[in-house]
Amino acid sequence: MKRTLGIIGRKLGMTQVFLEDGSVIPVTVVEAGPCSVVQKKTKENDGYEALQLGFLPKNSKRVKKPLAGHFKKAGTGAFYTLKEFRVEDFGGYEVSQEVKVNLFKPGDIVDVTGLSKGKGFAGVIKRHKFHGSPGSHGTHEYFRHGGSVGSATFPHHTFKGLKMPGQHGNRKVTLQNIKVVDVKEDQNLLLLKGGIPGSPTGWVLIRSATKKKGSAAPSV
Amino acid sequence: MNPMELVEREQLRTDLPDFRVGDTIRVHVKIVEGEKERIQPFEGVVIRKKRGGIRSTFTVRKISYGIGVERVFPLHSPRLDRIDVISHGKVRRAKLFYLRGLRGKAARIRGEKKQVA
Repeated sequence: MKRTLGIIGRKLGMTQVFLEDGSVIPVTVVEAGPCSVVQKKTKENDGYEALQLGFLPKNSKRVKKPLAGHFKKAGTGAFYTLKEFRVEDFGGYEVSQEVKVNLFKPGDIVDVTGLSKGKGFAGVIKRHKFHGSPGSHGTHEYFRHGGSVGSATFPHHTFKGLKMPGQHGNRKVTLQNIKVVDVKEDQNLLLLKGGIPGSPTGWVLIRSATKKKGSAAPSV
Repeated sequence: MNPMELVEREQLRTDLPDFRVGDTIRVHVKIVEGEKERIQPFEGVVIRKKRGGIRSTFTVRKISYGIGVERVFPLHSPRLDRIDVISHGKVRRAKLFYLRGLRGKAARIRGEKKQVA
């Protein structure tokens, strides 16, 4: 597994794309980059190696003072989003250098990380896809429950990790092996096949797939 | 411009003629048979137009050997070679689903004949 530099993006929404043979591909449109390298984290200084990127320029008057100093040191101007990419080598990237969407080309396989939509405190049917109880045949006030959580005499406790109700969504999720359908360099747009985590305007991280399937995609 | 529109606009087809619900049209569809590609016409009445940018579709209904046949086409599909508008129909509904329950003379639509393009 090689850790490579990716790019920060913003989910814009979904649409579809026609191929030559008339088949339709569902795509998510992501505004990806341009990002600036704000900081280089090194083994000596920080204990690990990473590149910190900034995305979406922000009015420097709106930045809090501690962060303003951080941006001033980099000399890049302020950003709304700061994210880090752990890398094995810096690949010649320096502070204040730009990372653009041309990192990827159509047909590439990528991993996409995002913050999934929050569903609040959800029951087991929504959260773990349980089936629930029968709607009739004597069921009494027990329709969406999870059922038994264990037995009494032995083992006398509920197993750890048992699927129960709780917070659902609003969690960092990574989807692997997503195909890049198209790259629009002049508009900084990435078209990814299928859905990706989060709601429109949510941040996403896109990097090349760690478990690459290595199939060539039809170009659009 | 909204970048979402931009992505869709690139693929929209502007070469197709304007037609309405109730019109009789002939759709020329590209079909791949083995390795050969040929064009197959489908002629009938437009009973529905569904709007939605690149996702727009329309439904054409015809009676084939006594059986009603409906086909849904994506409006912006590259598989549509061309569309001929054969006649304009005068209808008072946006969707002509009531035609499914009618046959023969009752299923006619009033309208003017047009020169086949």
